[in-house]
Amino acid sequence: MPKFKKNSNTSEDIPTAALPDIIFMLLFFFMVTTVMRETDIMVKQKIPRATQLTKIERKSLVSYIYVGEPKNVSLYGSEPKIQINDVFITAEDIIGFVNTEKDKLDEVERDQITMSMKVDVDVKMGIISDVQQELRKANALKILYSTIKRVAEK
Amino acid sequence: MPRGKKKLPEVSSGSMADIAFLLLIFFLVTTTIANDKGILLRLPPPPDPLQEQLDIKIPDRNIFTILANSKDQLLVEGEPFEGSMDDLKNDVKKFILNFGKPTPDGIEIYNSLPPQMKAFVNANGRNPESSDDPTSLKSIVSFKSARGTSYDLYVGILDAMNAAYNEVYASRVGITTEEWLSLDRSNSMQKEMYSRGRSGIPRAISIAEPD
Repeated sequence: MPKFKKNSNTSEDIPTAALPDIIFMLLFFFMVTTVMRETDIMVKQKIPRATQLTKIERKSLVSYIYVGEPKNVSLYGSEPKIQINDVFITAEDIIGFVNTEKDKLDEVERDQITMSMKVDVDVKMGIISDVQQELRKANALKILYSTIKRVAEK
Repeated sequence: MPRGKKKLPEVSSGSMADIAFLLLIFFLVTTTIANDKGILLRLPPPPDPLQEQLDIKIPDRNIFTILANSKDQLLVEGEPFEGSMDDLKNDVKKFILNFGKPTPDGIEIYNSLPPQMKAFVNANGRNPESSDDPTSLKSIVSFKSARGTSYDLYVGILDAMNAAYNEVYASRVGITTEEWLSLDRSNSMQKEMYSRGRSGIPRAISIAEPD
């Protein structure tokens, strides 16, 4: 079949010149979108669901407080604990934590600080209200109860 | 095969890159970065020991009380409540839009409401035993939990109270609650809509300290 043989002298290699670009693009994509998890969460985190969610407008103003039953029950017991950064704290230490977090912000934005509470569903309100009383004392009045979107059943 | 080995037909892979790009762009467009979302609450400022505690008397009819005990049972307006969170939301909404004894400000708000909301008020509200009007201090939704109340229920009730307010705000400007929640306040047109929806009706949610 001479007609077809004519074509066989063309190169059959895949042009791989664009491959690096693809890889770079993927790389940049993940670089930009990845949020580094700087803390190792040591409490159970089954976040409750709700419908009326607000988005945080400025992420730099947010500090996180994790509350839940410790994952390592044999070491820390099964009572819910408060975790910030990498350590367990008691409610009284929250004022100090808020103040260090406020120091990181500009002076004009300090009272805008938002505390995001990531609380496990099985926690009782007692510990939460202790945290809130301390937050009031520390003058961090904006609270965000972190929740997941529930799809409305209708 | 006496004719000799036939060459295997090859799939042209030149368009691989295009396919990869297409996929990449697809995911780029559809990916939403997991953002922290939740229910926002403003705590009251700490009590000032130097200042006398102002004792503002608010009549009972202007306060919608929700109590939760350690067994996660609810007491709404003095009566045990068994319904769903949706029912609670509707009760709160009826309370806000009651207009039992409106002040001049309240009348102004009523007149600015769209027709279907006026119909809602006239069908469900006008109860002299319930809130006067939705303006400041005339209708307050109060929620008190016990130390043993579960966080899940707490969030659920907070959600229902916010849902009632958001529904009122959203229907005031004629959009759905979903659209209301996704209003972008950095956009001037949407911000105008946001402040129009909220004007005159403060989100009066009071969270009492558990005892």
